[in-house]
Amino acid sequence: MTRHIDRQIGNLKEKIRRVGTVVEEAISKSISAVINRDVQLAQRVLANDEAIDRMEVEVEEECLKILALYQPVAADLRFVVAVLKINNDLERMGDLAKNIAKRVAQLEGAGPVDLPPEIRTMAMQAEEMVRECLAAVIDGDPVLARRIREQDDVVDEARQKVRRRILAGIKEHPENVEVLLRINSITKHIERIADMATNVAEDVIYMVEGDIVRHRPEE
Amino acid sequence: MSTSPSPADPRQPPPSAGPATDRLAVVAAGGQVEPEVHERVRQTPAVLEIDRFNLWYGTKQALHSITMPIPHGKVTALIGPSGCGKSTLLRSVNRLNDLVPSVRITGEMRLNGDPIYDQRMDVIELRKRMGMVFQRPNPFPMSIYENVVYALRIDGESKRIVLDEVCERSLRGAALWDEVKDRLGESALGLSGGQQQRLCIARAIAAEPEVLLLDEPCSALDPIATGKVEDLIQELRGLYSVLIVTHNMQQASRSSDYTAFMYLGRLIEYGPTTDIFTKPVLRETEAYVTGRFG
Repeated sequence: MTRHIDRQIGNLKEKIRRVGTVVEEAISKSISAVINRDVQLAQRVLANDEAIDRMEVEVEEECLKILALYQPVAADLRFVVAVLKINNDLERMGDLAKNIAKRVAQLEGAGPVDLPPEIRTMAMQAEEMVRECLAAVIDGDPVLARRIREQDDVVDEARQKVRRRILAGIKEHPENVEVLLRINSITKHIERIADMATNVAEDVIYMVEGDIVRHRPEE
Repeated sequence: MSTSPSPADPRQPPPSAGPATDRLAVVAAGGQVEPEVHERVRQTPAVLEIDRFNLWYGTKQALHSITMPIPHGKVTALIGPSGCGKSTLLRSVNRLNDLVPSVRITGEMRLNGDPIYDQRMDVIELRKRMGMVFQRPNPFPMSIYENVVYALRIDGESKRIVLDEVCERSLRGAALWDEVKDRLGESALGLSGGQQQRLCIARAIAAEPEVLLLDEPCSALDPIATGKVEDLIQELRGLYSVLIVTHNMQQASRSSDYTAFMYLGRLIEYGPTTDIFTKPVLRETEAYVTGRFG
């Protein structure tokens, strides 16, 4: 039986998918701008942030409309509530991409300081988590969502390595302290993106199984 | 009893996966399925126990081995599509089905431990221990006051002070006192539909029943009167044990503590109302509460 609410939910799914695509692109561009020291690319990321903000508001309004007009229960309710939260997390990921892009311009004037090699690994891992968490949302795939939770530890470990390397760099070349702190802040943002992807994955588990796994260790 | 699939086990299909027909198809083919009764229902002390209860209208079986405890001091809602047996079950509790000649039953029901279908059970005494309110308000053609104290009068109570006290307490309990206190001597038939229904609830609670049975009490009322009766049901929580049959899913979700989903005379899932409406264990229940069938 086709229900009225099915069409609304289909629309909402399409909208959140679009937000995800745009945010994923912003993250990927900002990271590539860091690695290639590409200021122009970074500026494009900054320019696009407003569009993400607009889309976020649109999705939120859509969720509120469905809640008010259809009073969904069970799976429908969980879907709308999960989208409400995922939407919020995606917007914050967009902000983090923006912050990363801002640092690229600041790095430009600095001397030839090499990026720690782990940043690349870390960034690739975080990007993959974002891609997968979006796929988990669209497919309602709790198995994939659980795998993403596990990957977060890998990113956290890489971040610690980068941090140690940066500390050592500061000790060795105190004159580079400013640029090294900027690099440190970039890695912090990448780590936060991976955290957000984990949040999204946890919301997917709730959406499909009705279980709130946040603040609980992985099974 | 079956246990819920562990959310930790990724091999288990999620509740919303796939078509919601498996158990329902089994039931539709005349088979029996193990109901999903949540642990929390079983942990709550029961005022009423329904135990492997079967009922036939002639040769047609309307209830199939229903086993469920009705928690004490809580509101329990029976939901399910038309013809699922929820009203039949409710009417079996106070033996109203005794009046239907072709009805045959097996199994047991116990009210606070007393077997309802025991030969020694006096049906009149049994019905005194339960209040019942029907779909359409049925006030007696007498004054508001006499409606409320009717049960006490036929029990031989004639002290004015006692009757007055019960009348006020019951009407207050039914959230009707303020609206009728100045016209208690007027005919109950002059009240609005919603007021009449609350009067029927007042009349039922005047006898201090052990269980209050409500058979779609709002189906003949407009939305405002329905809202008032629902508010009242909320207020009865904790004071009375209420068993309510409703067609209106939102009514079940708003006014009950526990919800039982029935289908074709079987109990399918029974749990705390919040769980049934946010994360039912069975996808069949999910399909019903989200309006995918029924």
